[in-house]
Amino acid sequence: METLIDIKNLRVDFALRSGTVRAVRDVSLSINKGERLGIVGESGAGKSVLGFSIINLISKPGKITDGEIIFKGHDISKYSYDQMRKIRGNRISMIFQDPMMTLNPVLTIGTQMMETVLAHMDVSKKEAEKICLEKLTKVYIPSPEKRLSQYPHEFSGGMRQRIVIAISLLTSPNLIIADEPTTALDVTIQAEIMDLLLELCKTENMGLILITHDLAVVSEVTQRIAVLYAGKVVELGLSEQIINNPQHPYTQGLIQALPQMAGGKKRLNQIPGMMPSLLDMPKGCPFEPRCTICIERCKQEIPILKELESGTQVACFMRNGANKR
Amino acid sequence: MSAILEIHDVDKHFDISGSFLDQLQLSKGKITRKRTVVKAVNNVTLDIQPGETLSIVGESGCGKSTLARTVMGLYKPNKGTISYRGDRIDHLNSVKMLPYRTKMQMVFQDPYASLNPRMNVRQILEEPVRFHNPDLSRSEIKARVSEVMLQVGVDPVWASNYPHEFSGGQRQRISIARALVVDPEFIAADEPIAALDVSIQAQILNLLMDAQEQRGLTYLFISHDLSVVEHISTRVAVMYLGCICELATAKELFSNPKHPYTQALLSAIPRLGGKIGGHVRLSGDVPTPINLPSGCAFSGRCPHVNERCMQEIPAQLKLESGSVVACHGIEEGRI
Ligand SMILES: Nc1ncnc2c1ncn2[C@@H]1O[C@H](COP(=O)(O)OP(=O)(O)OP(=O)(O)O)[C@@H](O)[C@H]1O
Ligand SMILES: Nc1ncnc2c1ncn2[C@@H]1O[C@H](COP(=O)(O)OP(=O)(O)OP(=O)(O)O)[C@@H](O)[C@H]1O
Ligand SMILES: [Mg+2]
Ligand SMILES: [Mg+2]
Repeated sequence: METLIDIKNLRVDFALRSGTVRAVRDVSLSINKGERLGIVGESGAGKSVLGFSIINLISKPGKITDGEIIFKGHDISKYSYDQMRKIRGNRISMIFQDPMMTLNPVLTIGTQMMETVLAHMDVSKKEAEKICLEKLTKVYIPSPEKRLSQYPHEFSGGMRQRIVIAISLLTSPNLIIADEPTTALDVTIQAEIMDLLLELCKTENMGLILITHDLAVVSEVTQRIAVLYAGKVVELGLSEQIINNPQHPYTQGLIQALPQMAGGKKRLNQIPGMMPSLLDMPKGCPFEPRCTICIERCKQEIPILKELESGTQVACFMRNGANKR
Repeated sequence: MSAILEIHDVDKHFDISGSFLDQLQLSKGKITRKRTVVKAVNNVTLDIQPGETLSIVGESGCGKSTLARTVMGLYKPNKGTISYRGDRIDHLNSVKMLPYRTKMQMVFQDPYASLNPRMNVRQILEEPVRFHNPDLSRSEIKARVSEVMLQVGVDPVWASNYPHEFSGGQRQRISIARALVVDPEFIAADEPIAALDVSIQAQILNLLMDAQEQRGLTYLFISHDLSVVEHISTRVAVMYLGCICELATAKELFSNPKHPYTQALLSAIPRLGGKIGGHVRLSGDVPTPINLPSGCAFSGRCPHVNERCMQEIPAQLKLESGSVVACHGIEEGRI
C-alpha cells in the first residue's frame, strides 16, 4: 500500500482577542492511495479546520503552528500560496461544507466551471464545456445545458451541493476531502453520489477523506474512521470496529444517540453537557467533564492514543489498559 | 380539530428566462419570445394540525424549501391559498404579515447564509426578542437569550462572537435559537439538524419535542434524514417534482410505503454497518421541473408505468388506512 498523504502532529491555532483557540491538537493521520477514511466527531471539534489545513486554506487568523503534511514526498504545509494553488483544485480537491465557499454568487455556474477546467487543463472551450456537462450529469443535475447560465441562488440547497461536487471532480484529483458532501441531499441521490465517489476510489485509486455526521453513511463508505473530539483524535480504527465495538466513551455516546438506539422511547439518548470551549480546556482528558466512567487520573493527565488488541487506537485511560495494574 | 395551517392547491413557479432580450429566439426565420419556468411547487394541498409534526421528505430540488418559504409568506404563490388559523395570509403585505411573524418562525436550510455576518450572536438573538416584545426590559431580554442559548447548547461565553467564527453546526444551533427565542406557535424547520453531529442532533430533537409538549408547538419539518423523520413525525408528506405523492402517518409510511417513489426512497436509507449500493435504482431520466411530464410526475422513472400514467395526472386517493396516495397503479389495483 502506497501512502498518499501523511499528516504528522498537526496543530492549528486561531489567535483571537480573547485568547488562542487550538482547533487541531497534534493530529496524526495517514491515508493510502485509494483508501477511504471517515472523520466524525462533535460539531466544532475541528473537522473542517483539519480539512482546510490540508489544502492550506484556513481562514484568518488560523495558522498551522506545528506538524507536517507530506503529499508526494513534499511537506505541503510549508508551501506558499502560489505553490499550493497548483495542487489545490487540481491534485487535491475539497468539497466544502458551505457550498458558497466554492461558488461565486455573482457568476453563473457555467462560467465558474469553465474557469476551473481552463485553468488546470489544456483543452478548448468546446471540450471544456463538454467536460462540465458530463460532470453535471454525473451528479444528477437534470437539463444541465439549461442550468449552466443560472446563478447559484437559483438552485436548491442540494443542487448547489451537487454542483460543488461536480466542480471538485472536474480535474480528476488524487485526493478528495469531502466535508459533509451530502447533508443537503436526499437518500437516493446521496446513495448515487457515494457510489460515484466509491467507484472513483476503486478505479482511479483516488483517496477520500469523508467528513460527516452521518454514521450510517460513514460506515457504509469508509474503511477506517477517526473520531475527533475538541481537536484531538480520540479513537481511530477500522470502520466496522468503530461502529460495532466503539471503545471511547464519546464514540459510544455518539452511537447511542442515534434514533435507532432509542429503543422505542420518544426521547433520544444525548450525551450530557457540552464540549468544552477551546479557549478554556480542562487540564486532563477533554471528555472528562462529560464522562461517566472517568477516574481521578483523567482530570490530571491527557490520555494519548494507544492500540488495543482489536487494532483500534483509543485515547482513554479506562480503555487502553493503562489503568490496569 | 381545525387545522393551524391550510395549504390549498398551491403553485409556485419561478421564471428564469432572464431579460427580455435573452428570451428572444430565432426559430424558422421568425423571432419568438421563449420563457423558461421552473415549476417548483404544483397543486399542493395540505393541512397541518395544531401540536403535530408534519414532515416533508423527497428528492433534492423537489420543492420542499420553496413550499416552506411560500407558507411563511416569503414567496407569493402563483395559485392557491394559505390560511393560518382560518385567516388567509398568502396575499398580505409585509405590514399586515407582522403579527404572524411572531407566531410563525422559520429555521433556514443554509445556516451560512441566513445569519447576518455583521451582527454578533447576542445581537442576532436579542434583535427579534426586542422587536416582537417592545415592553421587555434589557435584563429580561438578556435572560431570555441566555436561556435559549443554553438550551441549544451554545455556550453563552460565545455571545460576542460573529457567525464566521463558528463551525457549521454551531451556526445551525444559533439559527434554531433565533426561531425559539420569540416563543412562536409554529416553526417551519428546513433541515434544522443537517449539520449537527448525532449527539447534538439528539439534544436539539429532544429540545424541539419538549417544547412541543410544553407549549403545543406545531412543526413543519424538512429533513433528508429519514430515521429522524420516522422518530419525530406525526405525519409525513412525500414530495416528488413539486407534487405530493403520498401522505400518511409516520408509522404507516415507514412500515407500509405505498407509492413506488416512497418505496424507492426508503430502500436507499443508509444503515449502520450496511453496504452501499443496495438501494432501488431509479432508471430513466432525472426529471426536471422545467419540463414537467404531462402525466404523473414520477412516470419517467416508475417501474410500474403504463400509457395512462404518461397522459393523466393522478388524483389524490384516500386509502382505507387513512393514507393519501396519488398513483394510477394503486387506484387500479395493479401495485
Ligand atoms: N475563523 C475562525 N475564528 C475563530 N475560531 C474559529 C474559526 N474557524 C473555526 N473556529 C473554531 O474552530 C473550532 C473547529 O471548527 P470546525 O469548523 O473545524 O468544526 P467542525 O468539526 O467542522 O464542526 P461542524 O461539524 O459543526 O462543521 C470551532 O470551535 C470554531 O469555533
Ligand atoms: N429563487 C429561485 N429562482 C429560481 N429557481 C428557484 C429559486 N428557488 C428555487 N428554485 C428552483 O425550484 C426548485 C425547487 O427548489 P427547492 O429549494 O424548493 O428544493 P428542495 O426540495 O428544498 O431541495 P433540497 O432538498 O435540495 O434543499 C429547484 O429546481 C430550484 O432550482
Ligand atoms: Mg465543519
Ligand atoms: Mg431545500
